[in-house]
Amino acid sequence: MKGIHLMKGNEAIAHAAIRCGCDGYFGYPITPQSEILETLMEEKPWESTGMVCLQAESEVAAINMVFGGASCGKKVMTSSSSPGVSLKQEGVSYLCGADLPCLIVNIMRGGPGLGTIQPSQSDYFQSTKGGGHGDYHLIVLAPNSVQEMADFVGLGFDLSFKYRIPALILSDGVIGQMMEKLRLPAFKPRATEEEIARDCPWALSGRTGMRPQNIISSLELDPAIMEKRNLERHERYRKVEATEVRYDTFMCDDAEFLIVAFGCAARICQKSVELLREQGIKAGLLRPITLWPFPKKAIEGYCRQVRSILTVELNSGQMVEDVRLAVDGKVPVGHYGRMGGIVPTPEEIVEALKKNS
Amino acid sequence: MKEEIIISGFGGQGVLSMGKILAYSALLENKEVSWMPAYGPEQRGGTANVTVIISDELISSPILNSFDTAIILNQQSMDKFEPKIKPGGVLLYDPHGITRAPVRKDIRIHTVDATEIASDMDNSKAFNMIVLGAYLKVLPIVQLKSILEGLRKTLPARHHKLIPMNEQALQAGMDRVK
Repeated sequence: MKGIHLMKGNEAIAHAAIRCGCDGYFGYPITPQSEILETLMEEKPWESTGMVCLQAESEVAAINMVFGGASCGKKVMTSSSSPGVSLKQEGVSYLCGADLPCLIVNIMRGGPGLGTIQPSQSDYFQSTKGGGHGDYHLIVLAPNSVQEMADFVGLGFDLSFKYRIPALILSDGVIGQMMEKLRLPAFKPRATEEEIARDCPWALSGRTGMRPQNIISSLELDPAIMEKRNLERHERYRKVEATEVRYDTFMCDDAEFLIVAFGCAARICQKSVELLREQGIKAGLLRPITLWPFPKKAIEGYCRQVRSILTVELNSGQMVEDVRLAVDGKVPVGHYGRMGGIVPTPEEIVEALKKNS
Repeated sequence: MKEEIIISGFGGQGVLSMGKILAYSALLENKEVSWMPAYGPEQRGGTANVTVIISDELISSPILNSFDTAIILNQQSMDKFEPKIKPGGVLLYDPHGITRAPVRKDIRIHTVDATEIASDMDNSKAFNMIVLGAYLKVLPIVQLKSILEGLRKTLPARHHKLIPMNEQALQAGMDRVK
């Protein structure tokens, strides 16, 4: 019991941020993720770890504060929900262009536009294909439990700093609002200025010892240099694709029908698999944990074993495109989705799988 | 053991906090729990519901379409959730404000007039703990001492003086459930 808590996914993110040595949070309230900002303000980490928490005047201001903090090698983050994350996209593109590490959290709600405050997964394209301009990727983590909401804060920062690529936690109103038990990560102190100077030689940490000048910018007017910068960045992307793919499977060993789903949809599909198994249908679930890099090879591997694949998403069919690319026509791939904030029931997915197979 | 519960009524009745205290008490007994509110632009007088799952094993979907138990506190919730109780399941409701009695014959039906009991206690805020007491009498899924421990853990210290009143409300619900 000791160290076990009961809290919402959003609250878990806030507590995990304080514990992982985060230097700053900049955000603006929006349902269904406002508890992140609220919890931080209640916890007052500026009095304990020195972490800065600021309600910015807008989402645009918040992401640019992240740009500033990240330029100095600080562990900084922002969070929002779909319409707010759209506002941040220019800043996200600039962060990628300047090769800055940071953590962005999107607790998705239905869209497009202001849409609804109910859960959705319709920002998959925006998150994995680049919501802003330019050739870039984010490292996209999709938690499916309150425990993972907490765990992925530290993981996101670690991956982001390792590769100098912004990390995104892509979650939704279900995981953000639900309460479950969790174990909070161990406390880690914030990095000292000396540690930042040592670990982030690119950072604006004060030009002590007359090292060469560091310039943080996404602008480069010489095409040859600009192409080189892009190529170097894409080399890092290839490295991430080779080493950082994460996924989970449930009852896949003897599966004849594979469901692919992430986040809250994966939780619901797990129940659907249990129901299908009770009816003697050998279904299994593959859950991508990293949406970029996408677990292409793992999904492709099941083509020799399964008769068909069904993706289940809270959207009109986005991840299904990546599954089809991975499968390359070897088995039929169907899609089942609900939109507008409607969350499908496990029974509904059972029927959809029967229709698809 | 697995118990899938929907608690549904008006916003302001303490539906969400009742679910939270129940979930927290189960956690104290080392169970797996999930608490999923219908969140939205809810307000006092609007509708509110929460799905609580208590289980010995890891919980898959926090969102359900059928329930072992429905705790119903207004007519809209009765209309919506009575058909979604599993055969053999439990329906517990407060007859106050219910204009159409439940019709199912394949479930166990219990009532607790929590509105009246709260008014007897001269404390309308005790309402949700009376209902929770009634539920625990019907299905002793967690021990009363875990609920009290849960209250101590979830209430800020300045409200701990209210715990004896809550205990009284739980007991009243247990005594007067039908």
